[in-house]
Amino acid sequence: MKIAVQREDFDLSREVRAFSADKSIGAIASFVGVVREVAMTLEHYPGMTENALKKIVEEAGTRWKVQDCTVIHRVGDLKPGDQIVMVAVASAHRGEAFAACEFIMDYLKTRAPFWKKEAAGWVEARASDDRAAERWK
Amino acid sequence: MKVRVLFFASLREQLGRSQEDVELAAGMDSVEKLRKHLLARGGAFEKAFATKALVRCAVNQEMVQDGAPIKAGDEVAFFPPVTGG
Repeated sequence: MKIAVQREDFDLSREVRAFSADKSIGAIASFVGVVREVAMTLEHYPGMTENALKKIVEEAGTRWKVQDCTVIHRVGDLKPGDQIVMVAVASAHRGEAFAACEFIMDYLKTRAPFWKKEAAGWVEARASDDRAAERWK
Repeated sequence: MKVRVLFFASLREQLGRSQEDVELAAGMDSVEKLRKHLLARGGAFEKAFATKALVRCAVNQEMVQDGAPIKAGDEVAFFPPVTGG
């Protein structure tokens, strides 16, 4: 498992290649979030952020058989087109990998302490994100 | 007892500070009591803490509900609903 909160960009294919050589891995599902339309600055709560992400991945591991997982979230100044977050999950079969990947993103959006600020002000939390996280209960 | 209080994002800006040590009287032993203590300062604090749904809390870096207990030396953070991802 790899959890990283960083200013630097990331390379999805490199992260996926770094997954364990576990022969039982048969599927890798991934998600990359990209900054849309306007520039933003991302603030976070150092220490808590990493712990929150680790807990989310561990929770996914109790629901599906996750062989390996990488979550990277960027902070600082980002512009349209920049990659902001990636989640990659390795499992035996695609169903588990897809589900765990989506679950991790839904929980990340409602439980990991990141805040976006655009030129127009702080971005407000969306009820649709809460609903997306709720359906895993 | 003393606790370290942290503020993030819009709360940090509204209050003009990212952290402070707060001395609490005996019995001020929950997040809810601390929140009300800060709100009672008036001004920017009253405004920032007025709408409960817009202020989330973590104690020692764990997200908690209003009724959660706090003790001396705890790190208590207040922040708006998260917007990462």
